[in-house]
Amino acid sequence: MVNRIVVGAHYGIKDWLAQRITGVVMAAYSLYFLGALLGLGEVNYDSWHALFASGITRVFTLIFFLSLFYHAWVGVRDIFMDYIKPTGLRLALHALVILALIGYAAWVAQVLWRL
Amino acid sequence: MSEMRKKRPKYLNLFQIKLPLPGVVSFMHRVSGAGLFILLPLILWLFTASLGTPASFLDFKAVAGNLLVKLFLLAALAGYCYHFCAGIRFLFMDMNMGVDLPAARRSSVMVIAGAAILTLAIGVKLW
Repeated sequence: MVNRIVVGAHYGIKDWLAQRITGVVMAAYSLYFLGALLGLGEVNYDSWHALFASGITRVFTLIFFLSLFYHAWVGVRDIFMDYIKPTGLRLALHALVILALIGYAAWVAQVLWRL
Repeated sequence: MSEMRKKRPKYLNLFQIKLPLPGVVSFMHRVSGAGLFILLPLILWLFTASLGTPASFLDFKAVAGNLLVKLFLLAALAGYCYHFCAGIRFLFMDMNMGVDLPAARRSSVMVIAGAAILTLAIGVKLW
């Protein structure tokens, strides 16, 4: 039995939990989106536009994308921690990924709230 | 004391390891996640075009209708369906369900089959 005192900032447990919560959110949205798409019938500009302009879908879509970006951060960071050994390079890649994901979040919000 | 200390870090030779099926499923979860991350800009660009003006919607249809792009999107869809199924398997394992070896092997097969069926069903519908 491992008998140790857990100390520190608990980043590990927080990310472990966040990875699962965001995963569940995305799984739920996937089913919601599939249902909405099937309910749309013919997909044309008007019906597609109206789907995302509706309040629930717009907010749920934003929550989906924000979950995705957080989920991607934890996942990609884990991959870099496993395979990129030089610290400087790893930190630079971490910074690039964070900046890209923040940019993506702003991008998606702008697309959705322009509708 | 010193002889009890294990040699760390431990580097494993990947070419000498025969990964069991649950290990393959786990590794492919990582590969599909990385692939989806790399494809994000393309997916976001298509999403933006589809929700822009009527003209950009037609652009979106034209680009998404291109055979090469279509195959790319099918690959992304396969990755998404796979990541979805394998992720649900991990959630069950977090709740201590199906953690013994026979069950883990069974659920690995289910993940691969489920992802294939989902991809096929959605792919046929989209095509």
